[in-house]
Amino acid sequence: MIEMRNITKTYEMGTQAVHALRGVDLRIEEGEFLAIMGPSGSGKSTLMNIIGCLDTPTGGSYSLDDVDVSQMSDDDLARIRNKRVGFVFQQYNLLSRTTAVKQVALPLMYAGVGRRERIRRAQEALQAVGLGDRMDHRPDELSGGQQQRAAIARALVTQPSIILADEPTGNLDTSSGEEILEIFKELNAQDITVIFVTHDPEVAEYAKRTVLLRDGLIESDKQNGHKRTMEHAS
Amino acid sequence: MNLNESFLTALDSLMANKLRAALTMLGVIIGVAAVIALLSLGNGVNESITGEISSIGTNLISVMPDRENSGGYPPLSTADVEALSDPLRAPAISQVAASVQGGQEVIYSGASVNTTVLGVTANYFEVNNMTEFQSGDGLNQNDLDTSARVVVLGAGAASDLFPEEYPISKSIKINGVSYEVIGVLEESGSAMGNTDDNIYLPLSTAQKRLYPDRTRSGERAVSGINVQAASEELAEAAQEQITEVLRDQHDIIYAADDDFTILSQAELLDVFDTITATMTAFLGSIAGISLVVGGIGIMNIMLVSVTERTREIGIRKAIGALKRDILAQFLIESVVLSLVGGLLGISLGWLISSVAGNMLGVPTVMDGGTVLLSSGFAAAIGLIFGIYPAWRAAGLQPIEALRYE
Ligand SMILES: Nc1ncnc2c1ncn2[C@@H]1O[C@H](COP(=O)(O)OP(=O)(O)OP(=O)(O)O)[C@@H](O)[C@H]1O
Ligand SMILES: [Mg+2]
Repeated sequence: MIEMRNITKTYEMGTQAVHALRGVDLRIEEGEFLAIMGPSGSGKSTLMNIIGCLDTPTGGSYSLDDVDVSQMSDDDLARIRNKRVGFVFQQYNLLSRTTAVKQVALPLMYAGVGRRERIRRAQEALQAVGLGDRMDHRPDELSGGQQQRAAIARALVTQPSIILADEPTGNLDTSSGEEILEIFKELNAQDITVIFVTHDPEVAEYAKRTVLLRDGLIESDKQNGHKRTMEHAS
Repeated sequence: MNLNESFLTALDSLMANKLRAALTMLGVIIGVAAVIALLSLGNGVNESITGEISSIGTNLISVMPDRENSGGYPPLSTADVEALSDPLRAPAISQVAASVQGGQEVIYSGASVNTTVLGVTANYFEVNNMTEFQSGDGLNQNDLDTSARVVVLGAGAASDLFPEEYPISKSIKINGVSYEVIGVLEESGSAMGNTDDNIYLPLSTAQKRLYPDRTRSGERAVSGINVQAASEELAEAAQEQITEVLRDQHDIIYAADDDFTILSQAELLDVFDTITATMTAFLGSIAGISLVVGGIGIMNIMLVSVTERTREIGIRKAIGALKRDILAQFLIESVVLSLVGGLLGISLGWLISSVAGNMLGVPTVMDGGTVLLSSGFAAAIGLIFGIYPAWRAAGLQPIEALRYE
């Protein structure tokens, strides 16, 4: 479960301060399927990075599975990223010289899993995303959609309870994008929390709930199908 | 993640850029090779000289003039040699040889060489361990008594003057006077000071015809005296007697300094030891500097590598790499670079020193200490110069590293 209260994020740019998030309250239950939308610069990526413990908020409190993570040390955050969260990026962020199977096994290496076991689990994860026949390919030998699926396999391999994806289909054509979204749908069906960012209202329809950000604040938060709007104090 | 995994990861990255790894190593290779080559050559030279000196025997004592204390006149004379030979005055001494020397032009049938020509006593060869002759013989007392015009050639001088002829009984010219060749010495093969080009004639002849210098009191001068103590145990007593006799001979008052210097083989050994040790240390530290430069090269490349691989570091951190994982990966990379460079450098250094040793005719001594020292030093360099880049890499914030283009 994710619980954020009055989360702010301010970037100091010399004398100027950029307020990327200006007080976000957000509660996401286990097993939810959530889309985050909003115009460019509204703070979607900033929010995702904080949820995924890649970044820390300037203010407010954030607890993940009832543990306050807003003031944790770098290494503790790294352990959370390793075990609880799987992150999928718009630019895939794969290691360029590493084969798919080694790539996917990497988080397990940092988790201290033995070589054999992690290769086995990496193969399983690749199979699950339909890359069973591309195990020994390096990223430059894979299509964009395949690279993104490898990245998802890497996010999945540690069996996290949350999958986060920042515009996972942003670089893909419609059909590859749909494949990715189908994978997310399946994961969510296995009770994994899935949160993704998108610009595309049609893509957002895959999710069960949509949060709309504007200028660092949540403008609306609705269950898909039956709309409801929330009021916010800033 | 354990160290083993860090090691494999580091190795992977190095193998991904073999040329760069090799070029980075080059600095360390050259540094270590230089250290090894210079140290083992230095040790070799030291050992061969030490061996040579001790083979001559530690009962040999040289007496040399100290002109500063003799008013500019040569202080040592033939009379001193006779005085030292007197067993009543110097009972610890068994033999006294003397020589007088200078550079001369030596001519044989049109060919001429410039070399050192010494006038020596008959026992000079025996006292100085030069008893092997290629042909002919040394000087005898009769040659000295009659100031005979005969010469003994060093092996080098003989082959220079007589490349094709048999030198014995031939006549060579020194300073316009003819001398008959009566003997040719064996090659000495000595590493310290080559005496093979020397030419020897009777002391009395040389004093009359080539080196007419006189001491302050008008005696015929000699330029060096070689004394053999009766035994090694008596070497110290012999030194004291030499001092006593010579001060008496030269009428040196109690408060004045000696006008000669006494150097025993034992002392000579110490002197050479100090000289070669200093030389070795000096050359070794120059080579050490090149090792440090190699280390800076490693640091430079590692810093570039950290910058280049910022995104990779971001990815690793994003999926759970701890600070120490990244630190270990980069540190191991630089230590592997310097250690492998060090080992290659040791082999190269060994190769260089054996080739150079062969060419210079010096043995090379590579001891385990030198090898251990330089490989340890190389690893330390990798560690020291790798820490800063690795620390930079480990300290990167994942989100900033990922954003880096
Ligand atoms: N490292 C940073 N330094 C300074 N300002 C930043 C930084 N990262 C983000 N910002 C600013 O914070 C605000 C929110 O950025 P963010 O990346 O979260 O937007 P976004 O909603 O993801 O936009 P997009 O849809 O274009 O990806 C922007 O105004 C951006 O300029
Ligand atoms: Mg964004």
